[in-house]
Amino acid sequence: METDFAKDQQLPIPSNIQSYLLRVDREGWLRTAQALHNADAKFLTLWGADDRDRDAYFRVYAAWLLPQSILVLEHSIEDVRNPSYPGLSTIFPAALRMERAAYDLLGISAEEADARAWLRHGGWPGNLFPLRREVSASQSYPLDPEPYPFVMVEGDGVHEIAVGPVHAGMIEPGHFRFSVVGEKVLRLEERLGYTHKGVAKRFESLSQQEGHRLAARLSGDSAVAFSWAYCAALESITYTSCPPRAVALRALALEHERIANHLGDLGALGNDAGFAFGLTQFSRFKENLLRANTLTFGARYLMDYIVPGGVAGDLPEGGGDLLLTQYETLEEGVATLRSIYAEHAGLQDRFRETGRLEHRLARQFGALGLAARASGIACDLRVDHPWSPYDGLVPNLVTQPHGDVAARVHVRFDEVMESLRLCRILLEGLPAGPLQNTPTVASGGCLGIGLIEGWRGPVMVVLETAAGGGIRRCHAHDPSWQNWPLLEFAILGDIVPDFPLINKSFNLSYSGQDG
Amino acid sequence: MFDVISLMLRTGILTERLPARSPESPPLESVQEDIRRILGRALCIRHVDAGSCNGCELELQALNNPYYNLEGAGIKFVASPRHADVLLVTGPVSANMEEALKRTYGAIPDPKVVIAVGDCGACGGIFGKSYASRGSVADVIPVHRVIPGCPPEPAKILAGILDAVVSAQGQASKRDKAKRS
Repeated sequence: METDFAKDQQLPIPSNIQSYLLRVDREGWLRTAQALHNADAKFLTLWGADDRDRDAYFRVYAAWLLPQSILVLEHSIEDVRNPSYPGLSTIFPAALRMERAAYDLLGISAEEADARAWLRHGGWPGNLFPLRREVSASQSYPLDPEPYPFVMVEGDGVHEIAVGPVHAGMIEPGHFRFSVVGEKVLRLEERLGYTHKGVAKRFESLSQQEGHRLAARLSGDSAVAFSWAYCAALESITYTSCPPRAVALRALALEHERIANHLGDLGALGNDAGFAFGLTQFSRFKENLLRANTLTFGARYLMDYIVPGGVAGDLPEGGGDLLLTQYETLEEGVATLRSIYAEHAGLQDRFRETGRLEHRLARQFGALGLAARASGIACDLRVDHPWSPYDGLVPNLVTQPHGDVAARVHVRFDEVMESLRLCRILLEGLPAGPLQNTPTVASGGCLGIGLIEGWRGPVMVVLETAAGGGIRRCHAHDPSWQNWPLLEFAILGDIVPDFPLINKSFNLSYSGQDG
Repeated sequence: MFDVISLMLRTGILTERLPARSPESPPLESVQEDIRRILGRALCIRHVDAGSCNGCELELQALNNPYYNLEGAGIKFVASPRHADVLLVTGPVSANMEEALKRTYGAIPDPKVVIAVGDCGACGGIFGKSYASRGSVADVIPVHRVIPGCPPEPAKILAGILDAVVSAQGQASKRDKAKRS
């Protein structure tokens, strides 16, 4: 396979990052995937669509990030009675759960994939595939729970610890099955999907102008990233330009989201290692930032700030100065706390060498975002594929080689500082002008992509329009899909009480993965 | 160590007054005393995320920051439903969480107060009812109070929790009076 992946057959897809579509047959699907693997392409996502009403096919798609662009493979499945396609998980292990989810939702099966249901826990019948066109969006079904065969570890003294879905703290639900000897973890198996709310099906009953509100609520801590990704896809399809002031304000909101989440995590990581002082201090700084958000953006969490064509509101009079003062206090406070964390022997003892995700493994399993950067993988869309306004901002890439909890703490500290620097530049050079250009309504059958570097990593929205201003299909992807399986490796050899700390150091999204 | 103590002293006490419910209602500080008088300990809350987007969780976590200082108000979040007086539920109830929510509800000793937090808990929010979402919390278990918002601000959640306690207490004393007469 040539390394340009049949460039002459690729069709451009509207997107905020250059994207192409390549239609392949069964054999081409696997062959191209292998070639993409050889070319070190980053696997982004996999999804399916029911096009039987249009041209009698099911379709399966997979997307990769190449150094210059996104490449989407499209494979049409002819056998609609027994739809299947060659699975990609032997080449890209991260694809496995996505293939299982695609089966639960659409009934297209990846050959040789794990046959256990992933998103369906008995909430709807096994022979019903909600994303198929004929299935009603509002119909619900009685719960019929099915047993889930976890992989058993056998041997002298091995026992299992089952945790969840309801956890001890104020966090999202998921199940963790530990196989341990004494305190040492031999194996961890995750079972997720508990917060599956049928987002993909729900998109199909919304209009193009409402979709960003649902996208923002796929994972509430990444509301800005997801709503931007949705709007980027819609704006690309409709050739709507976003006014320069709105573009800068969007980036400001995205960096605020990044800082707020990092502050929350840094505090929680201190707390999980027995240093409650860290939580108190970081949570006060986070609260200060959220209150500044209310004064400047109108809300603590910017669920509905990014709207198609622009942003929902302007900074108030004096808002810029208020934020600049806020940044100064934050910079000083975070620097002080960083030196306290660095010099605290007990804290460093818990952080270092704990939950290590080696560089080799992170690459092999396609880690994304913050977790990848902490394992020495240089990847940040804002740096590698800068979209407006990041092309003018030139953010600095933050990486750490070691892959342990300490590395993920370091990356967060560095990224908070870098984001504060970007925020200052954005504010000081804030262009004047309007806040929104109303997008035109897209005609049916257009495909568009939005890919945005959220605080966790790249979030992706693939939007296909329907006639009359509707949404035909919308696939939203959180980087947690790629990173959750890696947590199963990071814990190996550590002890059970380290799990909360390791889990928090990744802080992956349940809701974003479950959909 | 010196840095830690010095920063603590420089930070001082940030805790704010409890939020006012309405101008004519008594200050919520008295609720705190009531909780102590009635329960003889902190009011214990078990939180269950029944399918939330994680937005409401972030605001619940904020209740523990020094500004809201939930524990200072005599309220704490507990790990076991067996220890809880109040069940606080976020999110639309996903089909996949229906059973876990019902079991948690069942594990809380009577009398119990259930509070649904957020627009999703109140009415299903933007997710509504579907093959995967049961809609509001009240569609699955009895709910005593709803705190709307997307997500509701911590001060609103705090006021809502205290309000629910006040009205549960009011109902309980009415029952006691009825029993006595």
